[in-house]
Amino acid sequence: MTESYAPPLLEVVGPTSGALLRRRIFTHKGLLIGSTLLTIVLLLALLAPLIAPHDPYAQDLTQRMIPPLWSEKGTWAHVLGTDNLGRDYLSRVIYGARISLLIGFAVMVISGLIGAALGLAAGYFGGRTDMVVTFFITIRLAMPVILVALAVVAMVGGSLWVVVLVLGLLKWDRFAVVMRAATQQVRSLDYVTAAAATGASTPRIIVGEVLPNVLPQLIVVASVEAASAILLEAALSFLGLGVQPPLPSWGLMIAEAKAYMFFSFWLIAIPGTALALLVLAINMVGDGIRDVSAPSGRG
Amino acid sequence: MLAFATKRFGLALLVAVTVSALAFLLLRASGDVAIALAGEGARAEDIESIRRIYGLDRPLLVQYFDWLWKMAHGDFGQSLYFKTEVWPLVMEKLPTTMLLAVFSLTFALAVSIPLGILAAVYPNSWIDRLCLALAVVGQAMPNFFFALILIMVLAVSLHWLPVSGSESWAHFVMPTITLGYYIAPVFMRLVRAGMIEVLASDYVRTARAKGLSQTSIILKHALRNALVPIVALSAVQLGLLLGGSVVIETIFALDGAGFLAYQSITHKDLPVTQALLTLLSILYVGLILIADIANAWLDPRIRVG
Repeated sequence: MTESYAPPLLEVVGPTSGALLRRRIFTHKGLLIGSTLLTIVLLLALLAPLIAPHDPYAQDLTQRMIPPLWSEKGTWAHVLGTDNLGRDYLSRVIYGARISLLIGFAVMVISGLIGAALGLAAGYFGGRTDMVVTFFITIRLAMPVILVALAVVAMVGGSLWVVVLVLGLLKWDRFAVVMRAATQQVRSLDYVTAAAATGASTPRIIVGEVLPNVLPQLIVVASVEAASAILLEAALSFLGLGVQPPLPSWGLMIAEAKAYMFFSFWLIAIPGTALALLVLAINMVGDGIRDVSAPSGRG
Repeated sequence: MLAFATKRFGLALLVAVTVSALAFLLLRASGDVAIALAGEGARAEDIESIRRIYGLDRPLLVQYFDWLWKMAHGDFGQSLYFKTEVWPLVMEKLPTTMLLAVFSLTFALAVSIPLGILAAVYPNSWIDRLCLALAVVGQAMPNFFFALILIMVLAVSLHWLPVSGSESWAHFVMPTITLGYYIAPVFMRLVRAGMIEVLASDYVRTARAKGLSQTSIILKHALRNALVPIVALSAVQLGLLLGGSVVIETIFALDGAGFLAYQSITHKDLPVTQALLTLLSILYVGLILIADIANAWLDPRIRVG
């Protein structure tokens, strides 16, 4: 991105940092595979009404439990077969991507805002603020997420937005821990001191100087948290205390198929594989970003 | 050392009390206990009288301190669903969960320490790649999906293990593998990274120069130092296991505190849910306290800082 302004000397010395970064991105196999996979899932989710062959909610009791195409009794009409209510499984899996992605993204944003704000404040101000934030983090860590989430959803009643809100309010701990440590490292560096010396206001220093420099760590945590939120929603829905039927949440699909698992395991294997692939893709992108942004910290 | 331990203990106590208050408030705020107690279709005056009998019409703060006071004396109240005292009920189920947690942690360490060492000693070899693949899949696979696959393979197809229940040691095998595999990837990565760092250090080079064998260097000199962070991580992961046991015990119908938690939640058995949430949190705080003190004992630098 700086090539056009780069003085000739730099080109003799070697490629610019922008070009190096681009090279690292395009030669990182994990990042490429992960982002391709993630893009596919994203497109499936966005274009679901155009791609899905059937209405994911349309029941047809004459077409129940049709096995997928690769088994002997499979048909092209239902490539991944149908479930116990005769709903087209492929269409449900495609629409299910919307729920998982929405959960991952929304939980990441809510918990990211809370956690990053707490972590930045604790790392930047130190002292008493740090003590209070650390105490909050300790308390939050002491309460098992899945247990609290199950209990609250059971009392309030399950729905997509309740799950988003509950997980968003619970999962900020890792953001806070990582942001606190990263901010502590950055805050005593010369450019932050320089900004303070030129009379920049505190919010301006935090947003303009500190935040951009802890951004790589923030993105990595965000990917980890999005993946973990998707798995948690699936687990909650699997236990019947998450997203409610007839929504095609992948976790809920596995729960509904559990009664038929001994004879029709594909009903579980398909949404399970979809979940694993999506989480794998997000983890690969996160790991890739970590490697690319800090080439020395590979391992 | 004593001052450090006292300070940590005080903090842990403060955390435990705050968590108990949060657990109390959270569950109270999420719904009306009197309605849950009265059951569906109860008349308004019945709900009112239940509210009076159970003391639910008092201020929330009074109710909390009353609950805390009784709990400190071992009185957790009555279960609404199981119709027994909460304390003996929980104490009956807790050992199963603790056993499962210890088994899972042991399984995870037994798999990840040797694999992590091999991956570090032969970086970029096939074994390193295998470890990476195992770790990547383990982190992406939903644990309840993995549990169902295990049931299909080990119980339904091969008939090696019972599908569910908790009568014998065989019932613990699949839950242990599921939960162990769920926490193993982090250990594997930490052992590998730690070993690579230690193997490049000066004292390992000295040991090599002295002519010590590779096995002796790895097991006697390098491993000890690479394992220090594992102690702290084990405490954190045990906490994760206590939460994860809710899902896994429910799938395998393993009769522990996790399954009890699930049953109490689905039956709106508030006293049991409250007691379990508080106890599991306190257990976690206790584990972290022990890990903190053990670490300070192992590494004197922590005590000062």
